[in-house]
Amino acid sequence: MAAKEQEELTAIGSPDENDKKPSKDPNKKPKKRIYSQRQRNMMSGYLFISPFYLLFAVFGIFPILFSFYLGFFSWDGLGPMEFVGLNNFNIIFNDPLFWKSIYNTIMIGLMGTAPQLIAAILIAFALNSLLIRMKTVFRLAIFLPYVTSIVAVAIVFSVIFSNQESGLVNQAITFFGGDPVTWTRSEWGTKIAISVMVFWRWVGYNTLIYLAGMQSIPNDLYEAARIDGASLRQQIQYITIPMLKPFILFTVFTATIGALQLFAEPQIFQGGARPEGMTVVLYLYRDAFGSNAFGTASAAALVLFFIVIIFSSMNMYFTNKIGRSSKVGVKK
Amino acid sequence: MKSEKKKINTAKALIYTALTLVSLASLFPFYWMFVMGTNTNQAINQTPPVVVPGGNMGENFQNVLNSIPFFQAMLNSLIVSSSITIGVLFLCSLAGFAFAKFIFPGRTILFIFILATMMIPPQLSLIPQYFIITELGWLSDLRAVIVPGLMNAFGIFWMRQYIASAVPDDIIESARIDGCSNFRIYWNIIVPIVLPAFATLGIIVFMAIWGDYLWPLVVLQDQSTHTIQVALASLMDGRVLDYGMVLAGTFWATVPLIIIFLLFNRLFIRSITEGAVKS
Repeated sequence: MAAKEQEELTAIGSPDENDKKPSKDPNKKPKKRIYSQRQRNMMSGYLFISPFYLLFAVFGIFPILFSFYLGFFSWDGLGPMEFVGLNNFNIIFNDPLFWKSIYNTIMIGLMGTAPQLIAAILIAFALNSLLIRMKTVFRLAIFLPYVTSIVAVAIVFSVIFSNQESGLVNQAITFFGGDPVTWTRSEWGTKIAISVMVFWRWVGYNTLIYLAGMQSIPNDLYEAARIDGASLRQQIQYITIPMLKPFILFTVFTATIGALQLFAEPQIFQGGARPEGMTVVLYLYRDAFGSNAFGTASAAALVLFFIVIIFSSMNMYFTNKIGRSSKVGVKK
Repeated sequence: MKSEKKKINTAKALIYTALTLVSLASLFPFYWMFVMGTNTNQAINQTPPVVVPGGNMGENFQNVLNSIPFFQAMLNSLIVSSSITIGVLFLCSLAGFAFAKFIFPGRTILFIFILATMMIPPQLSLIPQYFIITELGWLSDLRAVIVPGLMNAFGIFWMRQYIASAVPDDIIESARIDGCSNFRIYWNIIVPIVLPAFATLGIIVFMAIWGDYLWPLVVLQDQSTHTIQVALASLMDGRVLDYGMVLAGTFWATVPLIIIFLLFNRLFIRSITEGAVKS
């Protein structure tokens, strides 16, 4: 068998050491080629990518179109759908709670991500200035929260920010002479607790990304700056931050998209949908699966979609703008 | 000269102190999970509260087992996450191979289309997807999570980039001369080369699916089909919360992940940062 293969191979002109792996291609009989290689590559190409498009047709395109459709109908999920025009949008735009959900989403997003990204840069900068051995230990400790699931994080922080006087944060507050806070029922208490959860889980992730970015900055730059007498702050401001721009933009982008989709944290922390922690996703979840109002829920989903698009394009606009201005800076 | 050295030492000490504090803050919730999970509810609610581990873990965990099918939920999560990971690795590398190495009409547009789908928030299709799953009769069936999870645009993008840069065209050409079919080229040549990319993408996908909450919550309504995230969240539903019990459950659901992470921490960290840097 192997000899026969060898013979064949020699015949087509590639007499290399293929006989070492005779099992590699057992069905190598001279095939009758109905299609040319190019045609066969085309067919394979389409065949290999088709699973994604098939799945996307069923679980992507169709649902998206159906969401647009459903946004203009009133439907309880069981009975007939009733065309209501823009009424669903009327309902949610006249619902103060919907506006609150948008406000909450943006507010918690800002509180959870802005301090987090700043802290991540500082931690990464500190880590980057260390010797290797200790760095590994710190890196592990800081990254561990990211491995924890969001649900677990939300549960642990629900206990830490418990309403009871014996809750950890309330204990600390009373220790310093303050009054215990009803965290899950207070406007700012809820937002602070949720922001802390977001902060804690993601700060290590962003730190590692920045660290990867900082390690790509050549050390000579810092040395030159130090010789010129640049302070630590100046080094961060004029070397680290500008060189990190692409990494910063990436983290801002992911953090923004993540913040707009916030759901598990408030839902678990407050034990359901309540006004103080109501986010847009929580609002549409409650409308759909709590009150079977699938029409208004779809309308809310569409609004969320447009908000995401607006934020994404803003992000891209700034990315391009900053990219251009930094190139100009290099030329100079 | 001497003062310069002193200054550096102070800076070093400051950095180490700051990093130690940050690390402690990072680890504290894990410690607290353990403290609460090993204490009785009574000890947790007293003033001042306990701050050291107690001896009640056994009873707390027994209470967890009485309220949720903990091991079943862990198994469900494992089934869902591993089948999606394996499926995604296969489908995405196949599609990535096609996009990287085959020429066919519409290739660029089809690829851009895949990139564009990454911009769509999954919540937009949440409600119709729920009705599709209902129509298919997959409510409270793990397939409801597994099948839609196989569609992964990021994975295709990732594999395409990797294959385009790691697989030389010559290898494919010479395999063709040897008479290999395109699928055989994929299986015998591409797969061995992209194994490192499988490891990183596999970790990213597995972690994302393991932690997913909203979609399983919507479609896995029967308690026996809950994933661990849905099951844990349902521990918080009670009117009077037994924190010892809730945190014992959370603790044991988190420990396996931490062990896996510590074992493969380099691979983990590389996967996450690479995933970020590449996109």
